[in-house]
Amino acid sequence: MTTDAKAPRREYVDGATAITRGAIDAGCTFFAGYPITPASGILMAMMRELPKVGGIAMQGEDEIASIGMCLGAAMAGAKAMTATSGPGISLYSENIGLAVMGEVPIVVVDVQRLGPATGGATTVAQGDVQFVRWGTAGGYPVIVLAPSSVPESYGLTAKAFELAERFRCPVFLLTDKEIAMTLSAVDVDEYPTVGVVDRVEKNGGLPYSWKPAGAVEPMRRYGDGDPFRLTGSTHDEGAYITKDSGKVAALNQHLIAKIEEHRDEIEMVDADLEPGADTLLVSYGVTAGAARAAVARLREEGVMVSSLVVQSLWPIPETSLTAALEGIERIVVPELNMGLYRREMERVAGNRAVLGVNRIDGTMITVAEIVGAVL
Amino acid sequence: MSTITVTPIATYRTDDPYPFCPGCGHGPILDRLNDAMIKLDLDPARIVIVSDIGCSGLSDQYFATSAFHGLHGRSITYATGIKLANPDLEVVVIMGDGGTGIGGAHLLSAARRNIGITVIVMNNLNFGMTGGQHSTTTPEGGVTSTTPHGNLEHPLDICATVGVNGAAYVYRGSSFDQDLADRFVAAMTTPGFALLDIWDLCTAYYVRSNKFTRAGMEQSMRSWGMEPGLLYERTVAEYAVGYRQAHASIAGMPVAGPRPVAVDHEHGLDRPMSFVVAGSAGGKVRSAARLVAMGGLRSGLWAAQRDDYPVTVKAGHSVTELWLAPDEMPLTAVAKPDVLAVISDDGYAKAGPYLAAMAADDLVLTTPEFADVSTEARVVVLDPKAAPKRIPKTSLGLVFLAAAVSLTGPYPLDALRQAAGSGSFAEVNLEAVETGATILDQ
Ligand SMILES: Cc1ncc(C[n+]2csc(CCOP(=O)(O)OP(=O)(O)O)c2C)c(N)n1
Ligand code: SF4
Ligand SMILES: [Mg+2]
Repeated sequence: MTTDAKAPRREYVDGATAITRGAIDAGCTFFAGYPITPASGILMAMMRELPKVGGIAMQGEDEIASIGMCLGAAMAGAKAMTATSGPGISLYSENIGLAVMGEVPIVVVDVQRLGPATGGATTVAQGDVQFVRWGTAGGYPVIVLAPSSVPESYGLTAKAFELAERFRCPVFLLTDKEIAMTLSAVDVDEYPTVGVVDRVEKNGGLPYSWKPAGAVEPMRRYGDGDPFRLTGSTHDEGAYITKDSGKVAALNQHLIAKIEEHRDEIEMVDADLEPGADTLLVSYGVTAGAARAAVARLREEGVMVSSLVVQSLWPIPETSLTAALEGIERIVVPELNMGLYRREMERVAGNRAVLGVNRIDGTMITVAEIVGAVL
Repeated sequence: MSTITVTPIATYRTDDPYPFCPGCGHGPILDRLNDAMIKLDLDPARIVIVSDIGCSGLSDQYFATSAFHGLHGRSITYATGIKLANPDLEVVVIMGDGGTGIGGAHLLSAARRNIGITVIVMNNLNFGMTGGQHSTTTPEGGVTSTTPHGNLEHPLDICATVGVNGAAYVYRGSSFDQDLADRFVAAMTTPGFALLDIWDLCTAYYVRSNKFTRAGMEQSMRSWGMEPGLLYERTVAEYAVGYRQAHASIAGMPVAGPRPVAVDHEHGLDRPMSFVVAGSAGGKVRSAARLVAMGGLRSGLWAAQRDDYPVTVKAGHSVTELWLAPDEMPLTAVAKPDVLAVISDDGYAKAGPYLAAMAADDLVLTTPEFADVSTEARVVVLDPKAAPKRIPKTSLGLVFLAAAVSLTGPYPLDALRQAAGSGSFAEVNLEAVETGATILDQ
């Protein structure tokens, strides 16, 4: 039998499955999570699949234990991921700070559901876009990626591991009920190529260095080489607690600089710019679907419009935004909250008008609603 | 034969003096831990001291071992992760009685799991670091800065709690015990979860507010029914090792990856087509839509389905929006379905916006109960009772979708037959497809 080279090679799959595969292909060896809709699919798939590659998957007694186990495992050499939704991210808060402070690489998946509180477990929303950025004390930067399709869920999960290792910090994969749970046809050749992310390690010397600020020191691993320490307290480069203001400043400046000074390595957008357009649609996550469809419909009708689907939500992709804003008079931001990312656009918009298309009723923003806002 | 002379490590302490108040019991406990590590002659890099928060939590800085100083109450979680990732490490948790309150769930779970860590609780009956507030172990009547008129709560029996929940090694003693180092050695060499509840004096607070003394402490233990000594000792399977053993048989097996669907039919669509099934949870609406999507994939179509249902998966509504499309399309909501199947009261309650949006060339398929729905769309009533065989409730979604496929022809029914016949419940599903294909004739 011969196979027709042009025959479609499609599978029917959800985003949660793609996240699991992306993590394992990127070299994830440790997962811990606590069941919560709409993130449980990732936990269950990890329990099933991770032991096959010699990894360990745990159901923690709660979210705090789950992320705590991940941080411990990461310091013993594992590449760790956890997944939850809004209520669980709330419980992760303090440990996110520990990951920032201890410079522990970890991938945190937030499958957003409608909040506040228990909210709507099976209801789509994008209400955590600021929460993940500012969800721990101190205001220090974290990285947040947002997939808008199944193939992107796969690729950005792997990218999250890469960035977590590169910058030794928590990286969020911000997705939502619809992207994680919607089954859709995917061309299996459309998945980006993903390789195991290698950890840069050393087996001796100080666990940290922030000379120059922003330079990321290779990781240590418990049991390898001489002893080393980690602490969540303000510390020097040996992880000894300090109140010396010079050392305190050096640490905290470093935590900011290592992200801020490497924005170009983090920025990711899908820019579909039309020369002459005066309106720019800025979207992310599930809402990017309707935005892309709206762009197609508008152009069919002869309306010029540009679109930026943001994959790296935090830090704000300012370089791509600035480039996309060339000639633009109006920015339209559809999102399933009352304008949480729109306010970031207002910050870079200058005197351009910034409009929102917003829903918080658990239903999706339609193509017609976005078309209507642009026209 | 040659002999290698190994010089045992003389101390695991750094040169720094402890930071504790004069007379504080934490220092002597740490000295005994140092003695135990010397006895065990372990590689300091392979010992990870995981310290909690509190005066007790400062301990790790005074050892030349590896250390993880995390958050208040969470030390056991980090220790668990470290041990799981590398079972060869010797993981010792040092926490205060404060940590047993805020991290109580972790204490219980670690004991139940029998993760192979050793937990030393420096139990001084109050929060030292934050100014002598009451803790889980403060005795009834105990005066603290937050129980100025005497504590009204019953103290936690840490040992009994972890003991009845499976811990491998449980010991209660005090910082004055002569054989404490040997107890630490025993705990650290026991496979499974080991806990030592070591009572000590907080000279800055609990001692001052309660005229508490060593003799008083030792007497109190007994009078409060918390006997000292080795309380539990069990042979258990250590969790990190047990996990690896339990999964050894699947290690190396291929991870589930993409499996493209074979395309063996041709579709008949030149634009995207949307189907909505509005039914009840437990009615297999989602599975039915999945089969119709698979039939689409078998015919070279793209497909996507958005499922909406309450969190209780077997009660309430279940509404699925299904797209079939000749070209790849971004995920969007269905605003105006081409075909809407209303198959239950729960579904009908959710169908309003769809019905209102639909136009004359759209199709509503429904049962006789909803024959008079108000909509511009063409309404076709299918009577399940007229079918030659009784249709189970769980097949109604597939029956209606099969009817829709047969009526509107996005792809050949054979593709749906193949999809229905190749998964689980093949027989029932095939029957539903046939019923759907023929019900229109009735
Ligand atoms: C989440 C959180 N809540 C509160 C604190 C403040 N805090 C620091 S130490 C401590 C209690 C320490 O008591 P204990 O564990 O008994 O240790 P001790 O000082 O008595 O050795 C508390 C509540 C904190 N660090 N983190
Ligand atoms: S406050 Fe209490 S526990 Fe803390 S060092 Fe002083 S005596 Fe020890
Ligand atoms: Mg205490």
